[in-house]
Amino acid sequence: MHEYTLARHNDLIDPLVHVWNWQIPSYLFLGGWVAGMMIIVGFFLLRGRHREETSVTGVLPAVSVALLSLGMLALFLDLEHKLYVWRLYTTFQGTSPMSWGAWILLAVYPALLAVFALRPPDVLRDLWPAFDRLSDRLAEPRMVRVIAVTNIFLGVGLGIYTGILLSALGARPLWNSGILGVLFLVSGLSSAAAFTHLVARDRGERELLATSDNVFLLVELGVIALFLIGLLSGSQAHAQAARLVLGGPFTGVFWVIVVGLGIVLPLIVQSLTTAGRLAHTALAPLLVLAGGLALRVVIVNAGQFSHWARF
Amino acid sequence: MARYGMVIDTRRCVGCMDCVVACKTENQVPEGFDRDWIATDTTGRFPNLHLEIRSERCNHCDAPPCVDCCPTGASHVEPFGHVVLVTPEQCIGCKACLASCPYDARFVNPDGFADKCTFCIHRVKEGLDPACVSVCPTRCMTFGDLDDPRSEVNRLIESRTHHALIPAAGTSPRIFYLT
Amino acid sequence: MAAGLAASAGARPALEHVSGAATTEKGIRKVPTFCDICFWKCGAIAHVKDGRLWKVEGNPEDPLSRGRLCPRGTGGVGAYFDPDRLKVPLVRRQKRGQEEWVQTTWDEALNVVAGKMETIKTKWGAEAMALFAHGLGGTFLKHTLKAYGSPNIAAPSFAQCRGPRDVGFALTFGEEIGSPERTDIRNARCLVLIGSHLGENMHNTQAQEFAEAVGAGASIIVVDPRFSVAASKAKHYLPIRPGTDMALLLAWMHVIVGEGLYDKEYVAAHGYGFVQFQAELEPYTPEWAYPETGIAPDAIRETAREMARYRPATLIHPGRHATWYGDDSQRSRAVALLNALMGSWGRKGGFWTPSSMDVPGYPYPAYPKSTKGKVDNPGSRHRFATESITTGIREATLTGQPYPVKGWMVYATNLINALPNQEETIRAIQALELLVVVDVAPSEIAGWADVVLPESTYLERYDELNVESFREPFVALRQPVLHSPHDQKPNWWIARTLAGKLGLQAYYPWKTIEDYLDHRLAKANLSFTELKRKGIIRGAAVPVYFDDGVEPSFPTPSGKIEFYSTQLHDAGFDPVPKYTRHPEPPAGSFRLLFGRAPMHTFSRTQSNPLLHDLMSENEVWVNADVASRLGLDDGRYVRLRNQDGVLGQRIRVKATERIRPDCVFMVHGFGHTSKMMRRALGKGASDAQLITRYKTDPLMGGTGMNVNFVTIEAEA
Repeated sequence: MHEYTLARHNDLIDPLVHVWNWQIPSYLFLGGWVAGMMIIVGFFLLRGRHREETSVTGVLPAVSVALLSLGMLALFLDLEHKLYVWRLYTTFQGTSPMSWGAWILLAVYPALLAVFALRPPDVLRDLWPAFDRLSDRLAEPRMVRVIAVTNIFLGVGLGIYTGILLSALGARPLWNSGILGVLFLVSGLSSAAAFTHLVARDRGERELLATSDNVFLLVELGVIALFLIGLLSGSQAHAQAARLVLGGPFTGVFWVIVVGLGIVLPLIVQSLTTAGRLAHTALAPLLVLAGGLALRVVIVNAGQFSHWARF
Repeated sequence: MARYGMVIDTRRCVGCMDCVVACKTENQVPEGFDRDWIATDTTGRFPNLHLEIRSERCNHCDAPPCVDCCPTGASHVEPFGHVVLVTPEQCIGCKACLASCPYDARFVNPDGFADKCTFCIHRVKEGLDPACVSVCPTRCMTFGDLDDPRSEVNRLIESRTHHALIPAAGTSPRIFYLT
Repeated sequence: MAAGLAASAGARPALEHVSGAATTEKGIRKVPTFCDICFWKCGAIAHVKDGRLWKVEGNPEDPLSRGRLCPRGTGGVGAYFDPDRLKVPLVRRQKRGQEEWVQTTWDEALNVVAGKMETIKTKWGAEAMALFAHGLGGTFLKHTLKAYGSPNIAAPSFAQCRGPRDVGFALTFGEEIGSPERTDIRNARCLVLIGSHLGENMHNTQAQEFAEAVGAGASIIVVDPRFSVAASKAKHYLPIRPGTDMALLLAWMHVIVGEGLYDKEYVAAHGYGFVQFQAELEPYTPEWAYPETGIAPDAIRETAREMARYRPATLIHPGRHATWYGDDSQRSRAVALLNALMGSWGRKGGFWTPSSMDVPGYPYPAYPKSTKGKVDNPGSRHRFATESITTGIREATLTGQPYPVKGWMVYATNLINALPNQEETIRAIQALELLVVVDVAPSEIAGWADVVLPESTYLERYDELNVESFREPFVALRQPVLHSPHDQKPNWWIARTLAGKLGLQAYYPWKTIEDYLDHRLAKANLSFTELKRKGIIRGAAVPVYFDDGVEPSFPTPSGKIEFYSTQLHDAGFDPVPKYTRHPEPPAGSFRLLFGRAPMHTFSRTQSNPLLHDLMSENEVWVNADVASRLGLDDGRYVRLRNQDGVLGQRIRVKATERIRPDCVFMVHGFGHTSKMMRRALGKGASDAQLITRYKTDPLMGGTGMNVNFVTIEAEA
């Protein structure tokens, strides 16, 4: 018999920590998604796909910038002391994933813009002839390689960072796993692949991405398994945290929405598609994207629910 | 420089919350928020029960996760006494520190910055005890320098059985509860 | 940091400054005074920073607080800032109890009061006006009422609280326990709490000394149906069946006398009637007590021997709120006798002998003589009552016997929640021609008033001197720290101005309270200026124990400790306490018990923003197994229904191992219904509402209130 009482009633803290609402999961989802797109874009650049009129490399940078900006808006909306946001950029805090993230984000924009500048829309070229010269300079094979590698590098960094942001917060045992970075990176890749596959006009790209998405989804299932096994084999608090999705209050939403509808079902649909037994539809990619968001929502919420035994 | 900590005798404490209200007036803590609080643990079956009453607050950890995760340096270890503090003008209100604290010791001040116990550093600098310690009618709290082997806090830690909160979280808390 | 914090109060202010007036004051100003959040009167130092009330700390010079206030005292700041406090005089506009008011001036309001009082005096006689006053602040209103010609002045602190205890001890030792209690807790080596949840009731000095005793390793024995905070510090916790304390006390004495463990020398020197007493104890064996109390004979013997081991430093605490079952003065007498067996009265670790400074009263003209006598205790039916009985005045108001009561003045006591059976109180109020309430907060009784007079808080007023009777003599001053933020006035001003309007100027020869205080202090060769500066002047320490020079004296009829009471015998009562069995709750019902929380005083502090923040509603403690059987989860809202069908307010269940299965417990003072008490309105439940029954103590008229049974109804 153990009765615990706590005479504290702080907003956002009691009775259960709920410091983060929809904004942070959205930001993590969009960040991961953009990370995946950067990796895909880098990969396509290395393959020279940017020279193809129909390649998604023309579309992804602009979309990524928009998504990332939305993500940062969500992050900004979450801040309680908004007028002081500039404080992020007067310092670098080496132990703080958020500080790393802030500076990574600062590098992500030019990297994405460089891809964008490889093939600027005609309007811009007409408006600003100098753009043409810039494009030509960037299109030099060495520069393209630099841009590609930078995007891949930053994409991996950004993807992992969205997970490390949580896993560095040791007070919440559910988050307290290094695998979370990998999980969010893989999930970001699958979101990006799903989205790219949805918007790709080039048949080859579409097939490739659908196939890769299947791989990403399979890997993601494996990473989820590792994540849970890791927690279960950890301390009592970690095992208890894992039980939040294994019989605890987040079990239904995790297994039905995140895993079932967000991973397994699209995996089946896309496998049938790539096998030529189903036509390409928006269904699977949309499910993957929704699943990616749901994953962040569940992990952020369940993580806030998880805690160490008080004493 | 000192490394301040607290020793709290749970045998003397009656959980009256004087520490809580003293903190509120001393530091003008906004209404509805607590920088310190009372927790109780009851174990056993009636009538063979054990009750531990604890006055809790920020543990001013030696390995403070809130400082590690702060992206702006607002949360920091003050050179004076190794006290963990927040500089409101540097805090962006990202709440990572709230999420990082295993003791849930922080909250968002209505003005937007992360807020918590300061060990009443403004009083300590004047040679006074923190407000909670100085008002306690049961005199269950002792504040002092953990680095000074002759301090009362160390004497108590050495002479009595004690525990700290959530040692497994690895934060090296500096508040010790005598049992 | 401090500046940042102060500035941060903007968005959701820590405490709104109630006074609109800008201040030019800079820096920190410290004013010594004494607290009024409860009646303990702890010495305090108020801090004002830049003209704004900042904090209140204990005065280190004060023997009561020893520099440390309790949470209520520390939260005293909130009384000043409370946005719900009474602000201007109010006169009733609608029917009584509707809380519809016209705001008015002091002149108007006091004219109404004086006019009605004049009418009452003419029609019914001055005695038809009664005053209920709690605490030191009532001094001047009592003076005005006596000058007006009424002897009918009462406080619930007697018949609803400590009366039986003081009577029981006075019948035994010839002296009362008093307040602050003369208990030497800090030197006790064995402390027995029977019906006292010290630590949860936060009488500052006692709580401090209790912690000291615990810290020093004193053997603590706690008897309580609930595993109280004190019980958690105990070496022996005896979870007694409610209502059977007398059986345990008698069995303890049986063991102690039977085994010859008592202080024979002390009893021989000071005792009277020990032989009869011893004979009376014969049947009360631990085996007999077991089925009554539920406490095993071994545990009874073991604890009895434990007490004897440490005597005379064994203190069986007399408790304070002693009105439980109607045989309370006899039970208190049993507590007194147990102490007598320990030889603890007058001894270190037992009861010290109080002393006080000689500060003469102000020389007033003699009061008019009442020919009718007091109304509350006709024919001295409660032979041993030493103070007026509130419920006696209420009864006279209802019946008109022995003579009619037509006006009530109520100072700083919320009669609606203080007296048992609210319906009776309200019927009595409806029979009045005048109900005046003087208070700081708009309690329920204010809601029923014809005229409500807003008093300044203790931080805004001078008050009567506290010439304390304590283990060392001292005199303390309450003095204003700030101006009242609205149109509130101090009690002395109200009493004096009302007296003026009643044509009783002669009773107030002093012009200002400063004149009054200066005069009294000068008579005692004390300096008002010094007292203003220090807040407290201590007298020379005097011996407090028999062993260091106090001459043992027992002002009983026999001049000794009365193990056998001839007075009781002559009045037809048991000369040695006897056990009476009290009714048990029927199956499915629970005995309703109530008590204190350390951060609230009665029903007076729930709207104080700081104290509200510490505890905003009460819970009903239900045994965990019972709760589980009834399907009541911890934290769920329920209502209690009592044996008379009265349905209580919404209250959360605390499902806990910490209480017996045959009773439920709640903290008194919650469940406010006064619309003006906005912050506290509708939070928690009132135990008083469910206390429709009470058992009157035949000796002194106390109202035993632990005799109500409730069932629990889940809220949808």
